[in-house]
Amino acid sequence: MSILLETHQLSVTIADKTICQKLDLQIKSGQSWAILGMNGVGKTTLLHTLAALRTPQSGTIELLGKNIFQLNKRAIAKILGLLLQDHEDAFPGSVMQTVLTGRHPHMNNWQWESAQDIAIAKQALAFVELEEFAERSILTLSGGERRRVALASLLCQQPKLFLLDEPTNHLDLRYQHRLLDNLSTQLRQQNKTAIMIMHDVNLAMRYCNHALLLFNDGSHQIGFCNEVINKESLSRLYDYPMRSLKENDTEIFIPG
Amino acid sequence: MNTRAISLLLILTLTTGASLLLALYSGSIDISWQEIISSFYTDQKNMKQQLVQELRLPRALGAFIAGGLLALAGALLQVLLRNPLADPYVLGISGGAAVGALLAILVGAGGLVISGSAFIGAFCSMLLVFGIAHGQGSWTPTRLLLTGIILAAGWGAVINFILVISPDQTLRSMLFWLMGDLGYVQSTTPGFIVLIFGLLISLPIARSLNILAQGELQATSLGIETRRLRIIVYLLASMLTATAVTMAGSIGFVGLVVPHLIRMMGFSDNRILLPAAILFGGSLLILADTLARTVIAPQQLPVGVISAVIGVPLFLFLLYRGQIQRL
Repeated sequence: MSILLETHQLSVTIADKTICQKLDLQIKSGQSWAILGMNGVGKTTLLHTLAALRTPQSGTIELLGKNIFQLNKRAIAKILGLLLQDHEDAFPGSVMQTVLTGRHPHMNNWQWESAQDIAIAKQALAFVELEEFAERSILTLSGGERRRVALASLLCQQPKLFLLDEPTNHLDLRYQHRLLDNLSTQLRQQNKTAIMIMHDVNLAMRYCNHALLLFNDGSHQIGFCNEVINKESLSRLYDYPMRSLKENDTEIFIPG
Repeated sequence: MNTRAISLLLILTLTTGASLLLALYSGSIDISWQEIISSFYTDQKNMKQQLVQELRLPRALGAFIAGGLLALAGALLQVLLRNPLADPYVLGISGGAAVGALLAILVGAGGLVISGSAFIGAFCSMLLVFGIAHGQGSWTPTRLLLTGIILAAGWGAVINFILVISPDQTLRSMLFWLMGDLGYVQSTTPGFIVLIFGLLISLPIARSLNILAQGELQATSLGIETRRLRIIVYLLASMLTATAVTMAGSIGFVGLVVPHLIRMMGFSDNRILLPAAILFGGSLLILADTLARTVIAPQQLPVGVISAVIGVPLFLFLLYRGQIQRL
């Protein structure tokens, strides 16, 4: 397995708060990572740092062996795609237009979307089960539908590495599972990688194989999900007592 | 580009041509179509043909250029500031230009000096806003917008001061300048060059602008160097506005409303919106100016008055018809 993203001694701080210190992370293709932690612990800030949207205090980040801060934005966008926590639509267009923005890094300045780009966008819309919404205005969508459009836009970008900031935000239970299920299947088939910020520990256990736990004191823990996620680490992570139930070898965590 | 977009651009091009012809035909002296057409190729022009070539044509072209510049600048600034209320004057550029122009009028200078002075005022204002908003490194739309609005308010106070201390005989031309008047157009060539330059710069960045409207982070994560893009858009929009106000004073309304009119017709893609705004803004201003010089002839009205009289009902009608959710 090749190393897609690697950090060396990465320290990230924001407004005097330490988010992580000396983080050594190796993200290999085919893996799927969950980032877990309390509100305000800095999960999003770390994810944005990994996407080269902000610079770290110290340490390096390498994307496919190259210093990510020396790559141009377009080169990064062809490899790494980010799903933001929230969406902003100052001058909203149609669903199709919004999904097609994902093709931007693959096109030059004078180019218009080709039939192939449109086919990719249609496929992405089918993935999130919104094919019939292509010509609708973004403004007519519900929160969950808008979220699925954003995911379609990211799929349209066809990155090797997906950075997902709370991908299940606004999604109902059915779509939480359908989309994460389809996504992990696609990642497996195409040997792609995802790092996702999650609030639901059980979803993380089900769809991710690795986890990064960010504790409130600035320390962290890295490892396979079933090794680092247990009721003790979770109780410390969320500063709330947790207990676990077992059913057919599957461990489920609930607040105690 | 789909067929809807092509038909929009085609219709707007035809509208522009038709308004140009109307502008050449309308006026206090009746000139036949035959004479108008022949004025373009005869060497020995009679008085009427000279009137067409030397007065009506430059004025109509000036109106088109000023309208195109303002509409393009408005569309660019709305995306840059991610604010539907932005117009070419929101960042105080016209205020700086007005102070320059009014000072020139006050000392009794002629047309060319007024234009030059207006341009210098606009340029100073642009540098001031850019420098102050950019000062600490972070450059959010809100910060830029607030800096511009405050500076515009400052210019407004200076303008009022100049108006109060000015003698009565200069007041009228000052007011005309402030309301926007194409009687000041000196030469259409520089404006035309700036307009073409603006179009050529904005077309290749138009797709990036679509994404910039989705926010800074989203744009960066899709591979756009947002800092560079925003500086380009700011400088370009400032230059377009400065050129327009230098040519014709502060013609209001076109820059705010034309981009929205096109969005309300369902075209929010900047690759179509920006060229369409030039054609729409240009033809709107040709029509407005034609009315301004004929409606109570021989008395002339400032074109800014007429552009609002045409634009306000048109805008309200489209808004009322239920396309409001697109805004």
